[in-house]
Amino acid sequence: MRYSGFQVIKEALTGHKGWKPVWRDPEPQSHYDIIIIGGGGHGLATAYYLAKEFGEKKIAVLEKGWIGGGNVGRNTTIIRSNYLLDGNEPFYEMSLKLWEGLEQDFNYNAMVSQRGILNLIHSDAQRDAFTRRGNAMMLNGADAEMLSTEQILDRYPFLNVNDARFPIKGGLAQHRGGTVRHDAVAWGYARGADMRGVDIIQNCEVTGFRLENGKCLGVETSRGFIGANKVGCAVAGSSSRLMSKADMQLPMESHVLQAFVSEGLKPVIPGVITFGAGHFYCSQSDKGGLVFGGDLDGYNSYAQRGNMPVVEDVCESGMALMPMLGRARLLRMWGGIMDMSMDGSPIIDKTHIDGLYFNGGWCYGGFKATPASGFCFAHLLSRDAPHPNATEFRFDRFSRGLMIDEKGMGNQPNLH
Amino acid sequence: MIINHPLLGPRDAAEFTYLGDASLINRPDWQSETAAQDFYEYGYLRSNPAGIHRELWFHEAGDRSWLVVTRNTVTHEISNVEMARDVARTQGRSK
Ligand SMILES: Cc1cc2nc3c(=O)[nH]c(=O)nc-3n(C[C@H](O)[C@H](O)[C@H](O)COP(=O)(O)OP(=O)(O)OC[C@H]3O[C@@H](n4cnc5c(N)ncnc54)[C@H](O)[C@@H]3O)c2cc1C
Repeated sequence: MRYSGFQVIKEALTGHKGWKPVWRDPEPQSHYDIIIIGGGGHGLATAYYLAKEFGEKKIAVLEKGWIGGGNVGRNTTIIRSNYLLDGNEPFYEMSLKLWEGLEQDFNYNAMVSQRGILNLIHSDAQRDAFTRRGNAMMLNGADAEMLSTEQILDRYPFLNVNDARFPIKGGLAQHRGGTVRHDAVAWGYARGADMRGVDIIQNCEVTGFRLENGKCLGVETSRGFIGANKVGCAVAGSSSRLMSKADMQLPMESHVLQAFVSEGLKPVIPGVITFGAGHFYCSQSDKGGLVFGGDLDGYNSYAQRGNMPVVEDVCESGMALMPMLGRARLLRMWGGIMDMSMDGSPIIDKTHIDGLYFNGGWCYGGFKATPASGFCFAHLLSRDAPHPNATEFRFDRFSRGLMIDEKGMGNQPNLH
Repeated sequence: MIINHPLLGPRDAAEFTYLGDASLINRPDWQSETAAQDFYEYGYLRSNPAGIHRELWFHEAGDRSWLVVTRNTVTHEISNVEMARDVARTQGRSK
């Protein structure tokens, strides 16, 4: 069923009896052309583009729990393309362009809201760095604008611009950035893929790979063996765990990142704000909750919850930036497991095993990448060649010294 | 998390900074034939297990000693804490 204004009115008048489940719940077949492991945003987007753009048939997505229960349903929903380096920026700008047309493309309301993102500046050195970043963005066709403190106060009068330690000196704005309803992204891609014949198989955990003579013949799962010509892994924080079944060690650590939501409030924050002097960023959801977060907890973790020191740190930073935050009550908080790569940038590449492909290393920034990641991974799986915007996301960049290190932090995943 | 420091007793994990897998103690030999590959693996590849993990913590806001903490990455439970220098010495290092 296509969704439209007409459908909504028709269903409203007929008691909403005509709505159907949004995707099927099929039994796994014995063999597929392409299996995607992981029903998060990236896995579902990959399956969608494989079917829609690359004409692939017989595709399955295998998800160990329910789709959207991983990071795609746990993130703070920010989309942007404000990267500096050549390996990254064209890819993220491609993603932002795909977001702009996504809802029409997959006929689902994902609440893409280009409310703008603002990175605050607190020192002269930071102004230089952000000016350079803004220029790099524009060279890659993205939008960027440097704002003065007065311009910022027009839109965000509640900011503490005269903080004695970290006064606000300006900001780098990307007006096309914003937020998207994260669950709806998973559901929209799932529905679009399902409509094109993709089997979405939930409660199906991949427990191993069947490898013979350097070739991957399929996967062992909690629901039996499933054969495939090609297998693509997109399991985010579980990447090292999964790839260890193929005896691979990854340039990656898994870390927990927390997020926080306040009680629902009337609209107060029109866009997305990031603090440049501490680890804090904030936006307001359409339901009214202030959605904010900060730093990783900083130690390897597979527990989807964090510890108190980071909660304190995030709230302190928030109070320094917008003292009004102290009037709101914290309603919920949770954690997600990040696939933190050694240089802070992702990998979309073949492995050394024939027929086994990998997508991961998204760190805490993979939600915005979902459409381009799906598109580029589908390109790689279908054509056996990287998409032109993802040529640098290779495994061997670490051994060849070609890191894509946006923050210049070196091989220390908890600092990216 | 509370880290039971071998010299100082139980300390809040917030006093420490985290480096990573304790295998970082075993710096490869730079004169080895395979040094380039060894340093790539040492610098960039991690086993990143879900479960028991031995890892290096630095008591930055304390006595500035390095510790090897054995911790479960699924539950955050800490089962053992050693001085990193003791671990290195038992592996044949001079310091
Ligand atoms: C608190 C928080 C805030 C964030 N904020 C932002 C943000 O503002 N902007 C942004 O761009 N990014 C953000 N991110 C990052 C973003 O959410 C992730 O990078 C991205 O969602 C990862 O890709 P995914 O959606 O495919 O992952 P997931 O949704 O985690 O999908 C992976 C799936 O694989 C499944 N799986 C794992 N192992 C197996 C197995 N063996 N067999 C079968 N299935 C398996 C999992 O169950 C899971 O559903 C944030 C993340 C967190 C946790």
